[in-house]
Amino acid sequence: MTTLNPTLPAGHTVRLGVSRIGYELKSYFRLGDTVFFTFLFPVLMLSIFAVAFSDLPFGTADGTEISAAAYYLPGMLAAGLLLSGVQNLAVDIAIERGDGTLKRLAGTPLPVFSYFIGKIGQVLVTGTLQAALLLTLARFAFGVELPTDPQSWLTFAWVFVLGIITSAVLGIALSGVPRSGKSATAVVIPIALVLQFISGVYLPFTQLPEWLQNFASLFPLKWMAEGMRSVFLPESFAAMEVGEAWNLPGVAIALGIWLVAGLVLCRFAFRWIRKDS
Amino acid sequence: MTRTDPVVSVRDLNKRYGDFAAVDGISFDIERGETFALLGPNGAGKSTTIEILEGYRDRTDGQVSVLGTDPRHGGLDWKARLGIVLQSTGESGNVTVREQLRHFAGFYPHPRDVEETIAAVGLEEKATTMIRKLSGGQRRRVDVALGIIGRPELLFLDEPTTGFDPEARRQFWDLVRNLKAEGTTILLTTHYLDEAAQLGDRAGIIVGGRLVDIGAIGEIGGADARVPLVRWREDGELREERTEHPATLVARLVAASGTEPHEVEIVRPSLEDVYLQLVRSAGVEPIAEEALAS
Repeated sequence: MTTLNPTLPAGHTVRLGVSRIGYELKSYFRLGDTVFFTFLFPVLMLSIFAVAFSDLPFGTADGTEISAAAYYLPGMLAAGLLLSGVQNLAVDIAIERGDGTLKRLAGTPLPVFSYFIGKIGQVLVTGTLQAALLLTLARFAFGVELPTDPQSWLTFAWVFVLGIITSAVLGIALSGVPRSGKSATAVVIPIALVLQFISGVYLPFTQLPEWLQNFASLFPLKWMAEGMRSVFLPESFAAMEVGEAWNLPGVAIALGIWLVAGLVLCRFAFRWIRKDS
Repeated sequence: MTRTDPVVSVRDLNKRYGDFAAVDGISFDIERGETFALLGPNGAGKSTTIEILEGYRDRTDGQVSVLGTDPRHGGLDWKARLGIVLQSTGESGNVTVREQLRHFAGFYPHPRDVEETIAAVGLEEKATTMIRKLSGGQRRRVDVALGIIGRPELLFLDEPTTGFDPEARRQFWDLVRNLKAEGTTILLTTHYLDEAAQLGDRAGIIVGGRLVDIGAIGEIGGADARVPLVRWREDGELREERTEHPATLVARLVAASGTEPHEVEIVRPSLEDVYLQLVRSAGVEPIAEEALAS
């Protein structure tokens, strides 16, 4: 797969991967429905929660109270990571496998790795824009106080980068599950939706029964959401977490394991086409 | 491989799906610079064969060499020497014709010029149009453009002109002749027998997974199959006779009856006639094929 010869120069894979990013981004933003369901969805949900619960205070036992927008911002950022990566790529690639895009690419000298770089790069760019949009909306439309200390933003940076890359890689891995392009959304969206409900995006995580918390902890979204809460919620809210503290090492370990598992799956399970189908 | 080795070499190729033999012991070679037409009814095994050569399908048995490489183990440098126009495509096409060609040109070490390629398939006026907004025939031309953008040594054309209007087909034939003049080896499947006759040097006819005939386009079916046919109506009955001297036969008919014979015609069997006869004698009624080819 990666044998290089004089006709295909070294650095070819990376150079083509970068050219794929531009191509993927162009295609992404020209598709109305993906822009709506994966790119703008968290923005829309944050707006709904912020408006619907605008009179309700969200608080802790010690009396700290924050607005609904502030309370839901970290969850929506985490959901954005999941949607931009897992949901977007799993559906997108399954559709590309179904409509012949991948079959055509399989017949060209495009390295599989360049294709991956293109997809992951597309997710990085759209995920970043999405997070920027969420933060801007929260700050300027709903008056959410954003952290000012560098430490919080450093935490945000690594949770975001680790989260979005893990999510992108898992999206590629999951794309092989739907049997056809048409069934892709039916297979992938329910998975993403259930994860959002059990991972503390829409419902406070500690209000879930313990067995469900344990189950949700097996999946990466719970950890992305916890990492985001540690950045954007007041320190006193840590008391409402499992173990009454932000478990940042847990976030790093869980996402790291999922990233490695996803990479292994992509490397060994990804096929351009289903042979003999 | 040397310059004189066949570009494609197939020996006893078999492809089975359970008990069904889609391809059942096919052998043929394609020489460098040659245009080889693979003909046969729907479901005869043409596309299965071509997809095995392209590396999309695994074979059950037999030997296959494409540009000196077994397609099962063809790497990126091997793919860089191939051009593939698949039978069907249905991509969303959210990029323009020019964007798509420019992007694909980047995959190859020595690509053709993008604007020249757009002109070669006659899409100059659609260069900035989204591919999804093109008509079926225009999208097919994009497929062809993508197939040749990498300056392939070997070009696979799987029913390339489906959906073309007659003028576009003529234009496409000119394009293929130019590619041939550049030395491109071409494997073509088509339902249009006139297309195969126009472009092909040699043809192979597949029926039911077996190669029933192979040879130069002008010799397929053997000399007998090409003997002119005289048809006329006598006493209300349709009569036909094969003869090397059709005009003499007609003259004799006139002399014998003293009048103009009814519905007289002299038919020189075209590739299509020869093909239909071969397919019929192989036990397949090619009605659908006649409809498609007409």
